Amino acid sequence: MEKRVVFNGRLLPYLLLAPQLVITLVFFYWPAGQAVLQSFLVQDAFGLSTEFVWFENYQVLFSKPEYYKSMVTTAIFSSLVAFFSLSIALLLAVQADRHIKFAAGYKTLLIWPYAVAPAVAGVLWLFMFQPSLGLVSQAIRVAGFEWNPLLRQDHAMTLVVMSATWKQISYNFLFFLAGLQAIPKSVIEAAAIDGARPARRFWTIIFPLLSPTTFFLLVVNVVYVFFDTFGIIDAATQGGPAKGTETMVYKVYSDGRSGGDLGGSAAQSVVLMVIVIALTAIQFRYVERKVQY
Amino acid sequence: MSDVRLQSVRKVYAGGVEAVKGVSLEIADGQFCVLVGPSGCGKSTLLRMVAGLETISGGTCSIGDREVNEIEPADRDIAMVFQNYALYPHMSVYDNMAYGLRNRGTPKDEIDRRVREAARILEVEPFLERKPRALSGGQRQRVAMGRAIVRKPKVFLFDEPLSNLDAKLRIQMRVEIKKLQRALGTTSIYVTHDQLEAMTLADQLVVMNKGQVEQAGAPITLYERPMTIFVAGFIGAPPMNLLDLPASGLPGLSLASPVSGPVTLGVRPEHLELSTEGGALAVEVQVTAVEAVGAESYIYGALGGQGPEIIVRIPGRDLPAIGASLRAIARSENLHFFSRETGIRLN
Ligand SMILES: Nc1ncnc2c1ncn2[C@@H]1O[C@H](COP(=O)(O)OP(=O)(O)OP(=O)(O)O)[C@@H](O)[C@H]1O
Ligand SMILES: [Mg+2]
Repeated sequence: MEKRVVFNGRLLPYLLLAPQLVITLVFFYWPAGQAVLQSFLVQDAFGLSTEFVWFENYQVLFSKPEYYKSMVTTAIFSSLVAFFSLSIALLLAVQADRHIKFAAGYKTLLIWPYAVAPAVAGVLWLFMFQPSLGLVSQAIRVAGFEWNPLLRQDHAMTLVVMSATWKQISYNFLFFLAGLQAIPKSVIEAAAIDGARPARRFWTIIFPLLSPTTFFLLVVNVVYVFFDTFGIIDAATQGGPAKGTETMVYKVYSDGRSGGDLGGSAAQSVVLMVIVIALTAIQFRYVERKVQY
Repeated sequence: MSDVRLQSVRKVYAGGVEAVKGVSLEIADGQFCVLVGPSGCGKSTLLRMVAGLETISGGTCSIGDREVNEIEPADRDIAMVFQNYALYPHMSVYDNMAYGLRNRGTPKDEIDRRVREAARILEVEPFLERKPRALSGGQRQRVAMGRAIVRKPKVFLFDEPLSNLDAKLRIQMRVEIKKLQRALGTTSIYVTHDQLEAMTLADQLVVMNKGQVEQAGAPITLYERPMTIFVAGFIGAPPMNLLDLPASGLPGLSLASPVSGPVTLGVRPEHLELSTEGGALAVEVQVTAVEAVGAESYIYGALGGQGPEIIVRIPGRDLPAIGASLRAIARSENLHFFSRETGIRLN
């Protein structure tokens, strides 16, 4: 006879769920609700009077060219980071999968960057690439290249893309490695016997079989770039020079905190929220269908 | 010509396991060679070295006139059917079969012709557009076969291709594989640990043990004249009775012409018959168990009442009672004698 524990009563499930629910409510729904509410309000410059203005904040927001510029910046930033962090991680994972002998040490080293806080990563890279003192900058200058992320927007963008990519590679690497190890060895051997060279095996067998992992990581990486890179940008460039690295999430902060435009800033948060909800929805739909083969 | 020749082939895995210890074999063009042996004896390793999936640690392997030790699997012009089929899960059945041809740059209409032809032979035409996961085990097996035959390779390699199928389908596929191989005339190496598969499929049967070849030859030769104790015990079901004879003889056992020295005597259950007189060998057994399997039955008995177990096959279902004493005899041409020290055949 199988022994089963049966819990009677309706209270227990709710009790067990309560901590999670409380955390979600207090730390997610409540601030989200606040943001939505705030986005319908306008405060005067001294915070003395507050007025309910419906969608005026949104109208203002979408009439400002700077907002579109931050969208473009975000798009460039996130596609660069997603592209580089995914492809470098995949390359490293393929190497680790092949030379599994040293994989343990290799994997540990690759996972470390993930434990570094975004702001610390930003500072780290800022130090290395600081125009006058940074180690790497000096090397670049010796090589005859004028490097200055404090003045040049493209250099600043390169800097934040590098630090954000560096931090995300670990995470992607782990998932890719697990994905690679889930591909049966015999399938790859069959392809080898079928006359496919390593490069062709990769593109016709391994890459398609990894596509569920790749898609999952793409969404996770985009969400990461949208939100979690705030610390990197704040530490490395503060959105500059001349707003060249001001992403949408950084603009929420700079408009609200430094610009004092709480209503506009809240409206921006709501837009970001909508974007992340949409991304998550796409991912869930996809994951429900599981795999495409 | 696409014969396969192995000369003192060895395999030492990283870590020092010597899985194959100097195997030499000649598999003639068009021959069906079956490798059998207990689990872990190095069958798969040997097959994978021929495929190029494992490096060869020593000796040479040639296919046709070419030594292939250093040649990539892709360039060996072989096809392999794996135990788990190893179909490409993201490709349709059609693409699975076409993949190898596409890799070799075969023209499109030629690919189409060959894939449809293979699909017709293997009766998988209705599934050409399906993905492997939408097929039954038997259908997957056929697709795996199809993938092997479309390329018209020099050699087919099979690693226990039928072991994931149910008993009935196994027999059916076994017959089909044999027919197909005969029709195509392709040299084949087939690994199995199913005796019946081995006996029925093989032109050349190779019994392996601990990384070495115990005996190679026609299945019937191995059955009639096993050259070692190992082969004697391995080929045949139920297995051959093997009795260690001390110089003083065994109680309950009498030989018409006594042998000298410690030897092992072998006699198959099907070569023992119940009789009260005569016989080059006669054994007295006390019945301990009986099994009726339809047209024939097996009697398990203890030699001389408490000696080693002896199996006797009798026709029909006329079973003796448990505990009864019987006398069974065998003719001299059905007796096998082996050296107890070396395990090698003496007569
Ligand atoms: N990659 C490997 N590394 C180290 N040892 C291995 C490796 N592959 C196989 N071996 C060892 O080599 C020996 C032969 O293995 P092999 O797979 O050839 O046996 P087999 O005859 O095919 O057995 P089975 O009937 O169980 O498939 C075994 O002792 C096994 O443990
Ligand atoms: Mg095996």
